[in-house]
Parts: sequence; structure tokens; C-alpha cells
Amino acid sequence: MSEPTEYEEHEHHEDDAHHIVGPPVYVVILIALLIGTALTVWASFIDLGFWNPIIALAIATTKATLVVLFFMHVWYSTKLTKLTVGAAVFMFLTLISMTLADYISRAWGSW
Amino acid sequence: MPDSSAIDHGAEQAAAHTGQAHDEHPAYLRHHFNSTEQQADTTNFAMWLFLVTEVMFFGGLFTAYLIYRNWYYPAFVAGSHQLNVIWGTLNTLVLICSSFTMAMGVWCAETGRRRGLVLCLILTLTLGLGFLGIKTIEYSEKIEKHHVPGFHYSLQSFTNPESDPEIFKEYHDKPLATDMAVHTEVYFSLYFAMTGMHALHMIIGIGILTFMIFRARAGAYTTGHVTFVENFGLYWHFVDIIWIYLFALLYLISRHGT
Repeated sequence: MSEPTEYEEHEHHEDDAHHIVGPPVYVVILIALLIGTALTVWASFIDLGFWNPIIALAIATTKATLVVLFFMHVWYSTKLTKLTVGAAVFMFLTLISMTLADYISRAWGSW
Repeated sequence: MPDSSAIDHGAEQAAAHTGQAHDEHPAYLRHHFNSTEQQADTTNFAMWLFLVTEVMFFGGLFTAYLIYRNWYYPAFVAGSHQLNVIWGTLNTLVLICSSFTMAMGVWCAETGRRRGLVLCLILTLTLGLGFLGIKTIEYSEKIEKHHVPGFHYSLQSFTNPESDPEIFKEYHDKPLATDMAVHTEVYFSLYFAMTGMHALHMIIGIGILTFMIFRARAGAYTTGHVTFVENFGLYWHFVDIIWIYLFALLYLISRHGT
């Protein structure tokens, strides 16, 4: 029971339409996640030196990205949601790199 | 103040008669929103903001783990060798499948499939309980071996690895000096803090799932108002993502260390 407002005028863009993600997408992502899990476990049994953690984290990040984009619908979401997710990742990486910068630049051992 | 809902209802009926469709709206649309789309977008944004705070919360634990692992590397390797990769892999598979069934549940809600939604929620709940069951087996192993940080913590598996034959035959770890072995307690503190906080999120999720199963059986969520299921899905997938990282960091990356 209200006058059309600015929001309503802008809401009919394709970007804002509620997108229903169907079972085929979910099945493909499920299979990708299962393969990713198999790969990361297999890789952990091979001695790759300092590459072991890098490969494990790369596979974990790929899996997490698939979950965020498709199970959590971010691929089909509004720009606001995409920005929010991006901000979370950016903030986490900023905080962790600042903490590590402090950690590696201390005079360890001189006290 | 007259009863405004009665007036709205009257107006809706009047609108239906005069064909003024823009006056009709579903009962779940709150009056401070202009449209169901705006309401859904707003709620979705709020859920994501909550998940951002969760990223920061678990991020602190991940950072602590990263730095302590770097600091007490031999102790973290030895501690990690106490974890069973098979249980960890099984739990990862269980959780990924539960994320899949949850995603399917959201689809069922969106497309109005009541029985499908109830089935998906029950499967998600069952897989969630399965995850916690396996976690319980793992925790009880730690309790039996006195690897829970505290007064009864035992260094024996680390100062004398051959006393722990099951682990020794797989990894052939060299004994740690006592001053390094004591830091395995830091590893297990972080192990219990991280997997414990994760398990707590699972338990909360299972509580909400139970509530949703009863509501869904009564016909909720499948008549257009899917926000609750959708946002719970976001929470459940987020918990899955945390486990994907915990599995890599706690179980996998230290298998060939030192």
C-alpha cells in the first residue's frame, strides 16, 4: 500500500531477480568436491617437502570457492553480496598478513 | 489505534475486487519493506554480515595455528601424526554430502516441494549427527591417550614414540626433547579449540535443523517464503568450509614433516 519507491523502480533488473539454482549444478559441484577431497588426501601421502601445505591449502581454497559460488549462490547474487564476500576475504588476508609481518620482523632470539 | 491488520486485509480484498494487484502482498512481507525482493535481499545481506564476523572469529584461530605451527614445528608435526587421516577424510565426505543435501533442500523449498524439503533436511541432520559421532570417536581416543591439554596431559607418545606402536609404525617419528614435546600441548589446545568451536557450530545447526524439520512438515518454507531455509543453508555451508580448512591444516599438511 505504498507509492512506488526508488527501490522498486530499480529492482527489476536481471541482477536482482531471485535465481533458483537447480540439482544439476549441485550434483556437478558435489562431484567436484569429492574429487577435490580424494586429490588432497592422495597428495598428502606423497612427500613433496614444502609443497605439501601449499597444495593442500590450494585444493582447500578451490573447494571453498566452489561452495561459496554455487552452494551459497554467490555466483548468482547481487553485487552487494559479492562485495560483502570479497570484503570478508580481503579483511581476513589483510589481518593475517599484518600479523605475520609483525611476527617475521621481530628480533627473535636476541632476548 | 484501529487494528491495522484488519484494515490491510480489507484493503487486500477490495484490491482483489478492483483489480489493483499492487496492493496485494503475502502475509510474510513485513510492512517496513517495499517488496518481498527487498525483504529477501536485506535478510540475505544481514546473514552475510554475520558470516563475515564468523570469518573473523575463525580467522583468529587460524592465525594462531599458523604462527604456533611455525614456532613449534616439530611438536606440531608430532601432534598432527596422532590424528587419523581416515576418520578425517570420512568426516570431510560426510560434511560435503550434508552440504549437498542442504543445497538440495533449498532448491526443494524454492520450487515448493514439501516432502523433498523434509527429506533433505532429515538427511542433512543425519549426516550432521554422523559427523559428530565420528568426532566423538576421535575425541575419545585423545582422552584415552591423555592428549587433552590439562593436568593429565601425557608426553609419552612424543618423548618415547615407540611406546605408541600404532602411530610409530606409520610415521617412525624420532623422540622429541622434553622442552619441545611440551609444546604438543599447544597443538592439542588449538586442535580442541578449533574442532570444538566447529563442533559447537554443528550442534547449533542441528538444533535449528530439528526445528526446521517440524516447521517444514507443517508446510512452512515451501509457499514462497524460503528466506529461513536459504539463510540456514548459508550457515551450514559456511561450517562446511571451515571444516575443509581444518581438515587440511590439522590432518594433512604435516604428514611428512621433520
